[in-house]
Parts: sequence; structure tokens; C-alpha cells
Amino acid sequence: MILIDYGDFMDWEKLGLKMGLEIHQQLDTKSKLFCPCSCNLTDKKADYEILRNLRPTQSELGKIDRAAFQEARRKLRFLYEAYSQETCLVEADEEPPCPLNLEAMELAIVVASLLNMKVMDEFHTMRKQVIDGSNTGGFQRTGLVATHGFLETSQGKVVIENLCLEEDAARRIETTSDGVKFRLDRLGIPLLEITTDPSIHHPEQVKEVAYQLGQVLRSTKVKRGLGTIRQDLNISIRDGARVEVKGVQNLDLMPTMVQREVERQIKLIEIRDTLLKREAQVEDEIFDVKSVFEDTGSKIIASAPAVKGLKLTGFAGLVGMEIQPGRRLGTEFSSYAKKLGVSGIFHTDELPAYGISSREVDRLKDFTGAGAEDAVIIVAHQEEIAQGALEEVKRRALMCFDGVVEETRKALPEGNTEYMRPLPTSSRMYLETDIPTFTITRPQVQKIKNNLPEIPRAKKERMESEYNLSEDLATQLVKRDKVDDFENIMNNLKLDPTVVASLLAYSLRELKRDGHSMDSLDSKTLINALKLLEQDKISKDAISPILIHVSQKNSSPQEAAEALDLLMLKESDVEDIIQKIISQKEDMVKQRGMGSMGPLMGIVMKELKGKADGKLVNKVLKESIQKFL
Amino acid sequence: MNYRGSAKKLLESSGISIGDLITIEKDDVTYQGMVLDRSEDADDQHIVLKMDSGYNIGVNISSSNLKLVEKGKKPKLDLKPLTIKEDPAKKDISIISTGGTVASIIDYKTGAVHPAFTAEDLLITNPELRDMANIKGKAICNILSENMKPEYWVKSARSIYDEINEGAYGVVVAHGTDTMHYTSAALSFMLETPVPIVITGAQRSSDRPSSDAFLNLLNSVSAAKSDLAEVMVCMYAGSDDTGCYLHRGTKVRKMHTSRRDTFRSINTAPLACMKEGEIEILPGAKGYNSRGTVELKLNDYLEPDVAFIKSFPGINGEIIDYHLDKGYKGIVLEGTGLGHCPDQLIPSLERAADYQVPVVMTSQCMYGKVNMNVYSTGRRLLKAGVISGGDMLGETAYVKLSWALGHSEKLEEVKKIMETNIAGEIEEKSSLDYFLL
Repeated sequence: MILIDYGDFMDWEKLGLKMGLEIHQQLDTKSKLFCPCSCNLTDKKADYEILRNLRPTQSELGKIDRAAFQEARRKLRFLYEAYSQETCLVEADEEPPCPLNLEAMELAIVVASLLNMKVMDEFHTMRKQVIDGSNTGGFQRTGLVATHGFLETSQGKVVIENLCLEEDAARRIETTSDGVKFRLDRLGIPLLEITTDPSIHHPEQVKEVAYQLGQVLRSTKVKRGLGTIRQDLNISIRDGARVEVKGVQNLDLMPTMVQREVERQIKLIEIRDTLLKREAQVEDEIFDVKSVFEDTGSKIIASAPAVKGLKLTGFAGLVGMEIQPGRRLGTEFSSYAKKLGVSGIFHTDELPAYGISSREVDRLKDFTGAGAEDAVIIVAHQEEIAQGALEEVKRRALMCFDGVVEETRKALPEGNTEYMRPLPTSSRMYLETDIPTFTITRPQVQKIKNNLPEIPRAKKERMESEYNLSEDLATQLVKRDKVDDFENIMNNLKLDPTVVASLLAYSLRELKRDGHSMDSLDSKTLINALKLLEQDKISKDAISPILIHVSQKNSSPQEAAEALDLLMLKESDVEDIIQKIISQKEDMVKQRGMGSMGPLMGIVMKELKGKADGKLVNKVLKESIQKFL
Repeated sequence: MNYRGSAKKLLESSGISIGDLITIEKDDVTYQGMVLDRSEDADDQHIVLKMDSGYNIGVNISSSNLKLVEKGKKPKLDLKPLTIKEDPAKKDISIISTGGTVASIIDYKTGAVHPAFTAEDLLITNPELRDMANIKGKAICNILSENMKPEYWVKSARSIYDEINEGAYGVVVAHGTDTMHYTSAALSFMLETPVPIVITGAQRSSDRPSSDAFLNLLNSVSAAKSDLAEVMVCMYAGSDDTGCYLHRGTKVRKMHTSRRDTFRSINTAPLACMKEGEIEILPGAKGYNSRGTVELKLNDYLEPDVAFIKSFPGINGEIIDYHLDKGYKGIVLEGTGLGHCPDQLIPSLERAADYQVPVVMTSQCMYGKVNMNVYSTGRRLLKAGVISGGDMLGETAYVKLSWALGHSEKLEEVKKIMETNIAGEIEEKSSLDYFLL
């Protein structure tokens, strides 16, 4: 894949690029936010399947949220996988929530303090309407814990606007024609939502902010691994509009994603200008064009009960215009249409193709009265669905006259984005009346602030100064979360810090990479193995083979050293072996005197197989030769 | 406004009211938001703001400086009034609302779910109901079901009677779930009906997208159009949003504090299953009255002074004596097992007989029949004049005793009424099917 480096020729400041980051991080608490269930996911077969439908309702201020309505129009049924032990009635929306999880609240305050935020005096749990089925209640429980924080980056200060404590949503398992299936195991896991203000102004800065936030989070009790942290990106340029990109997984891809979104917004603005110049129009009529395709070569069209067409006056060439690598304006239309259940659309900018002949295209244009500057969109499906899908295309096509529209979009793996739903409005929120408000006293906050975990950067610096480690080793220890193990070992044993650090930072990882499972290796075993080194019973090169043996045979490090014959020899044993060799090489020793040291050293070391320290061997050999002579 | 004490003083002295946009300046931070009311039971140290983001927060008032940014209107629900056209092709169904979760909305007063909807509000939030019938709504009271009293049962029965008299094809009663089964039993005894009377409610408040209110109402309206001229409870059959059961009003009980399918038929099977508005009469259903076979009658005399007492290992006669001394006219005793209570209660129960106060025995097992012939305690209770409640639910027996005493003060007559099946409350035969349905 070739990535164009827009950084070279895009002037971010001139474009007015603004970005905000929203991070969702699962906490590693004993139980969920509002029920006693554990926060672990399960792959077990569900004990129960519960079928539900959701209806949008009046929110607190009487406004109905437009995103909620969009979802409701799809009339999806939701199936929830529930368990007799792993989940309970709370997740199934069959019981009111239990009181707030205090461990989660404390972690939220820890992170808020690390991000220099002001913690609320009173926490109010809200219901945030989400009726895509990912929450059984039709809302996500969430509350604002802190505001007014900041982070220092190499490109300036970034304001951390909000930190919220909320429930994670149910896990989407599959989408079938019957509806969407969710699993309740993830629903209710405590989640921190951290949002920056939209002041991030360079694609590389957004990556740095994400990295730093990740580092702060990792200094507390958060979940690790795929899916435990999710990043959403808000992007806009001056003449564009705010677009929220959901589910950005890869930090390294962030700058590319920003570049491609900026490109998309620029192209949409160009399209708008062209449309205005052409005095383009979206026609209101939706045509029944089935007759155009009476004996068509297109299987999709031939098998569809209805074929509908929409004329877009003045859109020719624009629908097929690429707005992101491999994605056209037509792809945007198609994403809207797909929400109504069709698998895609056809447009005249890409026809003839897909079994549709040029004669059919001509007839289609004649039928709808489309000229050379016009485009026609067609959808083949059941009557009602095709009609609905084209209504959606019509709605999206009208938005082209506004240039960029506010949307929630999904991050695609290669750095592009795809339309998901309209941006939610703030009327999605009303008070969760089943949970009392929670007072956070200043002494509580102060106590937490006095005991904050070390943030990664401080930790790294301390490793360097306190243990005299190289910057590289210190960085690796912090990055691989091995500082606690390292300090534990250093507190127990007198060993060279660099030896221990490189074992933890590199050797263990190399063993894993070579396919040795180190899962059974706990810190006690590691200490026992290193104790052998401390007592000069083994050489430092013996540690890796011993650890492999320990993990494979489940033996103690001592047993492993014995079994592998890696225990260092005592001085007397070394003397015996040297005596034996001298007597074997008697002639040479007599001939060359002390000059035989060199050759003999080689022979002895080979015989000892590294089970004795070179210095010791040297000393004993020297003494033995002198004695012999 | 529910603010009190210090918070109230601060708001008033700053000239700020609910709905105003304000800033609160503190030592190290300034918040901006709209002032919301605070729940009545919360402390007086915080002011609630709704932030731009939609979040509510509570700001401690100590060393806080309040500034008005913009005067606002108090936020309130603004539902447009309905204009309903009658469709002669559709049946006329009356919905009578009494309050409770099926008709509720968030209340700024307590910050809690509160009954607030009128019957018309039901139609605004559930417009589909109007496709099914000409709906006539009537709110007769607006109380939580835990506050229901026998006098409200009478009020409800009279309202229903009027609706049917005025031509309603069926009646739906929206009711809180806590005491729904008491009301359903009461209506069963007080009304003889030629049309369906369907009582329904919700376990999840109707303000939330996952509420069961809609499906319960939809199926209730459908049931009200059916052939089953009975007093019934229509509530979720399972945890799924698929269908409801129609339970006989005298043999149904709330069996779970929170589940949607909390109402279960006890010692009988549900009469019917409702799915997407379609009725399926269940094979286990006992004989029911068809539409139009019974003439409308109202027997609304109730004796309110009836006590419902549960036996327990440490109980003594004082509790019974107290009620007799206070002038209670009847007692339902929810005994253990087959219908027992400790020996030490017997003298007080004999005293009740002397006072001509009927004592009816039901079982806290709920499932199965009372039979006081099996053990000696039971036989002594029978000798003391205790009346067997058969397989009646305790709650139903309590309601029925009120009703029986409304008709006669004579112990023998009351006993006869209690032992006679009036509204399907007693089943002679115990089927193997009737357990933990």
C-alpha cells in the first residue's frame, strides 16, 4: 500500500485542522460498574437468549434525539446472550442497578488527578440514549467525574475536557437477517471516557496525545489487550464539519487517517463548489425503472422484485469522483442506502458494468430524462426497501450542497472511514433515577492525590538514576510493565541491575518469541532462579536455559540447573579437573612451562562447559602449573 | 423548587431560579450550566447543573460564586395535544389509568420515576394503539400502586361499569404492578362483565427505550377486543419482548421484584397467550365466559376493615387479639404448609369465632391447597371455626373476604361465600401442571 505523505504539502494551519481525541478504556476492577458480575469476557455457549426491541422515547427535555430516531427506523430486533453465572438480571435489564462500584470511582479519580483535572463535588449517573441495541436498557449509564485537565505535548498543551465513568456496551456477536446478536458479558464493565478539547492541530500530535493518555492509563488498574481500549477521533477543517471517527485501533495509523479524512473533506468541498456552479439539483421523484431492465444481464437486478431510480441533475462525474483512496462519493451514498438493508447501489458514473449494458444505461437515462451532466442512481431490492434506500440517497445527495456534513464514521483498517450514523446531539442524556447521586469529598480526592501511581515518564527517569540503568533498558522496563518485577528482584537479591533489567526487558521476550511459553513463570520462580546467580551457583548465561526447562517440566530452578548440568563447579572440583588435564598434558607443560597456560586454558574451559568462572579457572590453572613445575 | 437550606438561600440571594444558565466560580475552577432542580431527599450543600455536554453535575456551594449568564425557562415536557378522529370501523376500547409505572415519567421533584401520565399521554407515547381501536382514555386517579386502597378498587369498578354501560367493547386498566393482583381480584368479585377487562402495567418505566409498557398495552388492547369476557391481568410471559400472558384476575400474583415476567398464574394455567396482538387461548385454560354471555353487574360493597396476617414461628395470640379489639370484621391468616399456625394462637382464634369474626386460612406456600384435616393442629383450627381458603391465594382471599363481608355480616353466610367459587378463584382439581409455571 502506498501512502501519500500529505504532511509534505498540506498546510495544516492554513486548512484550519482541528482534532479532538476520545479514549475509552476498560478498568480492571473486581466487579462491574453497577452489578457484582466479574469483568471477564466468556466464550462459553450462552445459557439464555433474550429477544428485545427498543423504542425511542422522550428524553428529559422533551426533545427526541436524531441519532436515536435513525436507529429506530431500522426496526431491528436484538438478541442477547446471557449466562446463569457470568451475567445477572442487571445486564438483562431485569433488575435495577446496584450501587456504584467504588473501586471504579477511585480509579477514575486517580486518572483524573494524573491528567491534572478538577474532580466533581457530586457525581450524577446519567442515561445516555443508545438504541442500537448495544445496551439492553436503551441507554448507557455514564457520569462526569472531572473536567479542566491538560497534557503537555511536544507541540504544546492539550486540554483534557472531560473524564467520564461509564458502562461498557454489550458485545456484538453477529448480525443476521433476524437482527443483531449481542453478548452480555461485556455490558457493564467500568469504562473511562477521556475527551480532549478540539485543539490538537497536527496529525502527529494526535498520535502523541493518544500515546501519552495510554501511558497514564497503564499506570493504573486498567485492562490490557485487544478491545480493552478504543479511540475515537474528531476531525474537522475550517470549511468542513466535525466528523467523529469511531474505533481507531492502531496509533501508528492515526496520522494517515487524519490525512485521508482531510482529503475527503477537501474533495467534498470541491464537489459542493462544482454543484453550485452547475446549479445542480436533487430531483424529488423516485422512478420505477424495472421496465428498463427487462432482459438484463445483471443477476442482482434480474432477481430483484423492484428496481428504483433517482435522478441527480448536474451530478455526472461527481458521484464517481474519488474522495478517499478507493472510495467515491457514490460510496458515501451507498453507506446511507445500506442502513435500509440494501447491499449497495449502482450509479451511472460507474456504468456500464456489473452486467448492465450501455444500451440499458442509455435507456435508463432516457427514461429518467437524464442528460450528459446528470447522474442516475439505481437500487434493486424489494419495493419498499428500494424506495427507502433511495430516499436515504436523496437525503445524502442534498447534503452535498453543504459540503461536509457532521457524521459519525467508522474507522476502516487501511485508514479510510465509512458512514455510520449522524452525530448524536446532546439531548441524549437524562438522569439515571435508580442510582443516588454520589458525593466526592475533598479529603477523599486529596488522599488519592497523595498516593498517585508514578506516571511512566517519572518511572523511567527514576530507573535510570536509582539503578544506573541505560535509557534504553529503563524505557523497555516501563514499556513492558516490568518495573514492579524488577524492583521486587532488586529488593530481594544483590545482583547487577543491568543483568536483571536486560533479563526482564529482553531475554524473557526472546524466549517467548522463540515459542517458549512463560505463562507459568511467576515472580517467585524468577527470584529463585536469580538466587542461583546471586550465589554464584550458575553463570548468567545459564538463566535462559533454566527458565525454559522450568516452564516445560514445571521443576524448580535448582532442579533445572542440576538436570541441565549447569551448576557451577566448586573450586576443589575445578582443581581436580585441572590436575587431570595437566597430568594428561604432562609433556607439554614440562616443555613450555608457564607458556602452556594459553593452550591449557582452552582445553580446560572446553571441559568445564562454562560451569566455572573464567577468572577462577585462570587462578587455579596458574597455581596448579606452578605447583607441578 | 426542591432546594432547601443553604443551597436555597444562595440561589435566592443570587436571584437565580431553575432553568437559568449560570456560572459557578470556585477557587480553582468555573462551571457553566443550566440550573436543574434537586431531588427532595438530597442534601442542601450542592447545586445541580446541566452542562452543555448533557451531563448533570452537583457543585458544592462552599466558597462558590454564582453568576447569572442568561435567564431561562424551567425545562418541562411539552407534549402536543391530540386530535383523535373516531373510526367507525374500529372497536371502542376504554383505557382507564390509575397511575404507576405503565404511566410514568421522570419527575424533577424527587429525581425519581413518578406516575405523571394521563391516559392521553399514553396515546401520545404509544401512537400505535390508535391503529388498533378507537381509544378513549380516562384517568381516575394518579397514585402509586402501593398506595392503592379498597376505596380506589370501588372507584375503578364503577368507572369500568360506566365505560361498559356506555358501549366500550373492552376495558384496559393501567395500574402499578405492586398491588395489581389485589385490584384484579377485587374487580373480579365486584364486576360481572360481558366484555374483557384487562389490567396491565410495566416493570420498566415507560420513559426508557426498553420499557415493557408498550407491548403490555398493545397486547392488552388486543385482549380487550377478544372473546374472553373476564377480568384478566396482561403482562409479559417471559423475559423476551415476544408476548404476554392473560392471567385470571383471581389467580395471579406478582412473584418477582423486578422481572418483566413477574406475574404468574398460581394453581392454574394462564388463560391465553398474546403475541403481536394475536390471541391464543391456551389448552390448559379453564372454562371462561364468552363475550356477551353475562349481563353487566356491579356488586361494589366492600368491608375495608379486614386484616391479612402471616403466621410465623414466634407469633402469639396478641396479634389476633389486637385486631379483634380494634374491631376488625374479618381476618385472613396466611398459615404454614397445609394451613397451620402455632398452637398458642388457637385461644385467640376461638375468641374470633365467639366475636363472629370470620378467620380464613390460606397457605404461605402459595402453591397447593389448604387442608386442615391431615394434622391435629389443622383439626383443632377447624374446630375453632377457621374457614379453609382452599387453593386461593392469600391476597385473593383477603380481597374476597372484604367483598363477602360487604354482602353479609353473618358468619355462616360469609363462610359459604368464602367456600364457593365466585370468580374462578377456587379450583377444585389440582393439576400436575400447576407448579412453578
